[in-house]
Parts: sequence; C-alpha cells; structure tokens
Amino acid sequence: MHNVVLHEADSAPNTQHAALLQVEDLKMYFPIRKGLLQRKVGEVKAVDGVSFALRPGETLSLVGESGCGKTTTGRSIVRAYKQPPSAGRILFRGDNGHVADLARLSDAEMKPYRKAVQMVFQDPFASLNPRMTVRDIVGEPLRVNGMAQGRELEARVAELLHRVKLPPEFMSRYPHAFSGGQRQRIGIARALATNPRLVVADEAVSALDVSVQAQILNLMQDLQAELGLTYLFVAHNLSVVRYISDRVAVMYVGRVVELAETSKLFAMPRHPYTEALLANVPRPDPRARRSRIVLQGEVPDPANPPSGCHFHPRCPYAKERCRVEIPVLRELASGHHVACHFAEELTLRGVDTSAVAGASP
Amino acid sequence: MNDLLLEVENLQTHFFLDDGLVKAVDGVHLHIRRGRTLAVVGESGCGKSIMARSLLQIVTPPGKIVGGAIRYHRGPGDVVNLLDYDRKGPEMRAFRGREAAMIFQEPMASLSPVYTIGNQIVESFRLHFKVSKAEARTVAIEMLRKVGIPRPEARFDAYPHQLSGGMRQRAMIAMALICQPNLLIADEPTTALDVTTQAQILELLQKLQAELEMAVVMITHDLGVVAEMADDVAVMYLGQVVEQGSVDDIFYNPQHPYTRGLLASIPRLEGATRARLAAIPGTVPHPYARPGGCPFHTRCRERIINRLDMCKTEAPPLVQVGAEHHARCWLHHNQGVELSSEAVQLASLPLTTTGGH
Repeated sequence: MHNVVLHEADSAPNTQHAALLQVEDLKMYFPIRKGLLQRKVGEVKAVDGVSFALRPGETLSLVGESGCGKTTTGRSIVRAYKQPPSAGRILFRGDNGHVADLARLSDAEMKPYRKAVQMVFQDPFASLNPRMTVRDIVGEPLRVNGMAQGRELEARVAELLHRVKLPPEFMSRYPHAFSGGQRQRIGIARALATNPRLVVADEAVSALDVSVQAQILNLMQDLQAELGLTYLFVAHNLSVVRYISDRVAVMYVGRVVELAETSKLFAMPRHPYTEALLANVPRPDPRARRSRIVLQGEVPDPANPPSGCHFHPRCPYAKERCRVEIPVLRELASGHHVACHFAEELTLRGVDTSAVAGASP
Repeated sequence: MNDLLLEVENLQTHFFLDDGLVKAVDGVHLHIRRGRTLAVVGESGCGKSIMARSLLQIVTPPGKIVGGAIRYHRGPGDVVNLLDYDRKGPEMRAFRGREAAMIFQEPMASLSPVYTIGNQIVESFRLHFKVSKAEARTVAIEMLRKVGIPRPEARFDAYPHQLSGGMRQRAMIAMALICQPNLLIADEPTTALDVTTQAQILELLQKLQAELEMAVVMITHDLGVVAEMADDVAVMYLGQVVEQGSVDDIFYNPQHPYTRGLLASIPRLEGATRARLAAIPGTVPHPYARPGGCPFHTRCRERIINRLDMCKTEAPPLVQVGAEHHARCWLHHNQGVELSSEAVQLASLPLTTTGGH
C-alpha cells in the first residue's frame, strides 16, 4: 500500500478538515487499436491531467458536454476500468485517517476501499440480472463483502429501503415492475449498503422526468445530511447541478477549465466556455428570451483535440497565444480556479439571479 | 380564424395490447396555426409522441387511431379530414413529406445508413416533384447549405455515419424541409444533443421557420425549450391535454395543478444553491392502471375533497379560463366552484404515504 501525506484541500474559505479525496493530475488514456493485430495507432486522452479535492460532506459536481471526460474521471476514481489510471494520484483518506493512493492499488488491495467508495448510475438496472429481486439487488454488496446474511441481511435491506423511502414489501419484487424513480431509489439503496463515505453519482437523475427528478435530488440531499456522505456528482445539466453542489468543476475535452463555488461560478464565470454553457441552457421563462451566445462548431474528438487551449477554435475571445500554449488551471480569486490565459481581462456574462422570473406559482 | 392549419378534434389513439387497452391519446383537441410554434409538453407516457405520430398517421399496430378528426385547412374553403384517408393510401403519402414533415430525436430514425445524405434528400424531393436528378441535386445542396452544413457539395456524398451528431441532425432537418412543408413536427429534436449543439439547432429551426413560414409542432419534455421556442403550449398528462394557452399564460398564469407542479419542480439556473425542489408527489401511473375521474387526482395537491369527491369519480371537462386559455380541471368549472364554496378542503397529500417513486 502506498502511504502519502495528504495536502490540505484547496484554499477555499471553509477549509476546516483534511480532504476525503484528493485527485492529482489524473490521466486516463485509452489506446486506439486497428487492424488484425490490434496494433495501437493512437490514444484517446479521455482524462488529461485533472486535479481537485473533495472535503468531507460536500458535493462537488463535474459538468461538461459529451466527451469532456467527466464520466471517465468518476469511473477512474472508483477503479471501474480494467486498466489503472495512466498517471496521477487518487488519494483517499480512510476512517482511521490512513491515506491510500487508489490509482496504484491492485484489485485485491482495492477491495476494502470498494465498500467506502460507491457509485450510482443513470440506469441502475442496466447491468443487473432482471431475475434478481430487490432483496438480491440491495443485499448483494452485503453478501459479497461478507457483511451480513440471512435474517440480518434481510433486516439491513429493509432498513436501506426505509432510508430511500420505499416500503419493505418491495423486497420480494422484480425490477421490471418499477418506475424510473423507484429504480433509482433502489440503485441508491444498493450503493448505500456498504456504508460508503464517498458516492460517485454518474448522471443519476438524467433519465428521470422532472417531477420525479426533483424527488430524487431532494432524497440525495437528505441522505447526505443524515449519513454524512460526500458526493462527486457527474452531470451535464447545469440547472440540476446548481441545486445539489457546493462547488462545480467544468470540464472540456479531458481537462478542468474552471472550478469554483457554485454561486460564484454561476454568477461570475471566468472561463469563456463556462459563459457559453450557461448562456446556452434554455431558460424556462418566455419573458427572458435573450440573444444566445451560439458557439461555432462542436465539441472536438478527444482522440484528436485542438492544440493549445482545446477550446480556442470555438472561443469568441481567442487570440494567437491560445492556439499554441496550453493554459494551466490557476487560482484567480480565493477558491476560484480558471484555465484561461486571459481570465483577468475578460468580462463574462453569468446568470443574473436578481431578475428571477416569477414563473413559479 | 383563417390562419388555422390543422384542427385536431377529440383525437383518440389506442393500443390494443395483450395485457389490456392503453388509451395513449384520449380525446385531444388542438389548433395548429400557420407560421406559429405549438409546443406539446409532458412527462414520459403522457402520449405526446403518439399524438404527434397520429397527426401523420404513422402509428403502427397494435396502435390505432380509433376516433376524432384531423382537419387540414389546405387553403380558403378547402378543408379535408385527414382521417378520411387510408393511412397507407396515396393521399396520405402525398401529405406526408410534401405538406407535413417530421424530425426525430435520433436522426437515424429517418436517415438510412446505406445511402448518401445527398441521395436521400434528392429522393424525398423527387417523390413529390417531377424534376431531373441534376435539378434535384442543386436544390438539395442549397438546402444543406441552408441548414448550416459546411462544404455542402462535398457532404452531399457523405454517408450518415461520416457526420457528427449535430451534422446528422442538420441533414435530417434538410431532408424534412426539402419540399418546404406547411407543417414541421419535431419530436424531441434536441434531447440527445449537447447544450451548445442544442442552441445551434434551436436557432436553426427558428430561422427556417421564419423563412419558410411553416407551422411547427414541437414535442418536448423540456420546459426550457418550450419557453424559448413556443407561441402556444399544450400540456399533456396520461393521454389528455390538461391545459393549453399562450406560452405566457402557461408560464405566468398556469391554471392546472399539474402545470403548476411541473413549473415548480424544474431546477433553474437562477435557483439557490442547496435548495429543495418542490417535487410532485408520486409518479406517473402505469398506463394499465390509469386512475378514474381526473387522471391527475392521485398526485394533485389541489384536489377538491367534498361529498361527491368529484376529482376521483368524474373526468373534468376542458374549461375556458382565458381568451385562448383552457384547463381540464374541476377547480375552474362552475359545478366545482359551487361545490367548493359549500364544503371544500384542498387536500394536501402527505408525501410519505406515496410508497416512494
């Protein structure tokens, strides 16, 4: 096991505790293979040097469009891939204060940490056997980890169902009968079975109808408060992220381009890509129809990203330097990190919270 | 009104399944006007997509249109009921593609993987216009340019898989609009797209609508898209339009409890960090277990509870609540109002008894 000293979490104002998770310069490259011999002809740099820290009990969201590496980052942290990360460290602080680098652990060494770091998926049943009952689904992590069996297991499953506000009689039912919201509750109960410290939620509410999505977001916030959970929330929907996150990291083609407290990032974005993302979310207010900042082009292929700042071909403020020099993520104001050469000079448009439409009843 | 293009009256589309009858569309009334955008919004299972497909009679068995009328106002004094036509007959085939076209969430639903983009657009054009291949090619390239595909002469010969998601969406739009239809039905056209690409496609649709002066029926679950695109809005729940009105009425003066609930439950960019959302209790009922009376009464926070328990026992009619504003709710009906003055309590459903959803 690799023991390392854990750095203090980023210098945000309320840093009291040591970080639960510290990700340092994480890289995840996947080979592109071609031909009969499956020779490696290139690499997809899905995650290309990502760093952030998670404080105990907080929610950090990773947001971005498809191919930005947010999902790969989340999955690399739970070591969901066969290959270990290509580079970087994933420092996780265990209950005893002992810190391990999850990036370098073997499968066997990783086992105790799998209980502490759990994942919630968009469709929790996609990878499950449809002939499993809810008891099997929620109880499986307990059985596999030798944490409970028989009566004890049944009691624990009932308790978990209660936590996610499902009646205990659901235990003997099969997944096909459930609505999307019920399935997600079951997925959350399963993730909580091993008493995790960190939950990575990958687009956990993206497939749900809005009325049900609100229920699940509220439930996740309640569970976090009750159980002291720390969330890494991976999502593409910025409005959802606004409600659940303490801090937000915006990713673009494998890199974090901006990281800040939620209210600051929304009110005063410092990266042109964040500005464009915020401006492009359709607002549910017909009186607020405004001119969009429509970006040219599309998200580039991470197998063949543009030079310099990956965003430069679409950036309305790009200059020559952006084409040649990769901007580093630097702290512009306390806790506000930006990877843009011209962050100081730009005045960008955020979300005007003073002019909230009275659309809600 | 003479700007009326399509008049949908009491449309009913049912699915005859082994396990029972599903009334996917159950008595929908709509007015679709020339040059305007009607957004049809609702959650999964509300019947919005089936309703849209019914307009073109492309519902496939076991689904069947079992009642109602779809009156198409071709011109002054020239009105036909599309449901008088056989869905596979020549009149419907002429209507589809030429007068009305449809685009989908997934472009590969209308594009074939084995033909080039250009070929497919030329074919849809030549289906309705007797022109040479060379002439059709010129029109198709012009259309590809219009939908914002760079280097259209080169892309004409590309296969769908050679294009990015956003470009495929544009190619599908080009194919749908090549005959300059009067009506475009767009079924969740931007749902699968990234937000920056979505903004591009929404802007493109607005531009093309103004240019071609066509009516657009926009099927979506996203109230943000509704607010940006729609002139008029119909809110659907379990096969029925529960409220319809101007986009401003729906967002600023919603009259149906379901509309109010939807608006309150959406997360907003302007929201507060770490705030709670006002969720609608419960979940959309399974189509086999559709509640009697008002189908929304099981989740309604404003349900009238009185001696008749009418929300539970009797289906409410569509009530006019404003100039062009209707809601299907007892709260606005004379009978409901009278009874409420007598013995009404508004139920507030306890969230915890919902059995979780």
